[in-house]
Amino acid sequence: MKFDNLSLDLLNTISNLTEIPDGAANIRVDGQAVVRSSSANVTITPREDGQGFILEVKPGTIGETVHVPVLITQTGLQETVANTFIIGENSDIIIIAGCGIHNPSHSDSRHDGVHEFIVKPGARLKYIEKHYGQGQGKGKRIMNPTTKINLQSGASAEMEMTQIKGVDDTVRLTTAHIEDKASLKIVERLMTDGEQAAESDVQLNIVGRGGSGQILSRSVARDKSIQVFRAALVGRVECTGHVECDSIIMDNARISSIPELVAEDSEAVLTHEAAIGKIAGEQLIKLMSLGLTEQEAIDVILDGFLR
Amino acid sequence: MLKLENLCMTVNGDNGQGREIIRGLNLEFEKGKIYAITGPNGGGKTSIAKLVMGIFKPNSGHIYLNDEEITNLSISDRAHRGITYAFQQPPRFKGLTIEDMIKIARPGIDQLALRGAMRDVGLCPEDYLVRDVGPGLSGGEMKRVEIAQVLARNAKVTIFDEPEAGVDLWTIQKLIGILYNKFKDNPESITIIITHNENILRICDEIMVIQNGLVQARGTREEIWHLIKDDVECKMKEQCGELLTYEI
Repeated sequence: MKFDNLSLDLLNTISNLTEIPDGAANIRVDGQAVVRSSSANVTITPREDGQGFILEVKPGTIGETVHVPVLITQTGLQETVANTFIIGENSDIIIIAGCGIHNPSHSDSRHDGVHEFIVKPGARLKYIEKHYGQGQGKGKRIMNPTTKINLQSGASAEMEMTQIKGVDDTVRLTTAHIEDKASLKIVERLMTDGEQAAESDVQLNIVGRGGSGQILSRSVARDKSIQVFRAALVGRVECTGHVECDSIIMDNARISSIPELVAEDSEAVLTHEAAIGKIAGEQLIKLMSLGLTEQEAIDVILDGFLR
Repeated sequence: MLKLENLCMTVNGDNGQGREIIRGLNLEFEKGKIYAITGPNGGGKTSIAKLVMGIFKPNSGHIYLNDEEITNLSISDRAHRGITYAFQQPPRFKGLTIEDMIKIARPGIDQLALRGAMRDVGLCPEDYLVRDVGPGLSGGEMKRVEIAQVLARNAKVTIFDEPEAGVDLWTIQKLIGILYNKFKDNPESITIIITHNENILRICDEIMVIQNGLVQARGTREEIWHLIKDDVECKMKEQCGELLTYEI
């Protein structure tokens, strides 16, 4: 399988790949799995309807990295894909996903991805997902990811979900069910500009004793873009949870940040912080005093903030 | 040479009326010398530093660096001309590390110099380079990082705004040693230190007392000590306690 330059650029942007990776991988381009390979410990099999896969990691698998990116370069393509990830007991694995859309036309391109994670007892998962859109046409680049996470006893997961830029519309739904002594950290970074709209709804349900959940969100809204972020932590038992939403607002953008804490047990310790503000003038002045122009200073501040 | 000529600056006062905070200031700073600017709070010391860096704009007057007028240059253009300023209260940044900041201060700095800049201010590079210049650093650590950035720039004009404030005594002594070794008799640099610290005043070639937006006195420490003694000792007590007052 050889990728054209456009696909390779997209692939590189969303998953730092410059060639087909070794080991287990699933690369979907324009509605087709063009690369699908399993390893000794990680099997990827298609769903019966062909729209997605089931990825299974054998118990005790340590140190493998699996790539599952999606590219859309075909004008006007709209697809819904459902993938299931089953991470076996006591394994420790990295999954790198992401979606890149190139849409130069006037028709909308859209990817709706449903990812379900079942992280078995004692397993550790690091999940990295980047979304990116490009193309000069009037057609929108739309991505609607739905992520469902089930963390079983003593499991842990860190999910880094980043919208780099170029996504015109997104509705992101993330729900998690956290069992005893399991821990989940969700780091979400969002950048919108122009007239883009982004809505993110995260709900963590901590149902097991000693469970913990963290939601860290950083976003930048420029121009006339609109962002709505809802983060809910529900503690049903003795547990800890923290929500932190930090946003930089610029130009004529609009941001709503709505944290919600629900404690159903007196031993649940849940906290939240939320802040929205423009770039501080003193930050710009400081960087300009080191030789940057105002625009360079803005870029450095935003890059750092979303890193 | 850095020259300030007839500089005036007015700000909006609490009553909505203009308040003149720099009044026809004339100052010259020569290469190879360390200058101290001292004087009471609100006298205009930081305003002078910010006028030189371009952060404040004068209502009238001129600023020259080596005979080039820089009065209307932007902050970044002045930075490119070789002016640098260590803020009294440096801002914090989320997501930018100390290493990022020093690399911005001096593009292309090698690892050896980068680590040296950290050690100069008493911060272990292994522990600190990867840390954010953010809320996780104490005020004293922020100040040291600020000084490390400015030292890394090797600028023609280096302005420190109360480098002693918020820094522990051990670091102040170390800092004085660094300032002395780096800037004393350095024929290429002009160093201006806004300070109330007597030990820093000791290493300066000339001291200027600024009050009400004007130079009230100018000379060596010995020449003007009688004018500033009470003020400096008061500040030293604030910062260091009773034991650290000095006899001239």
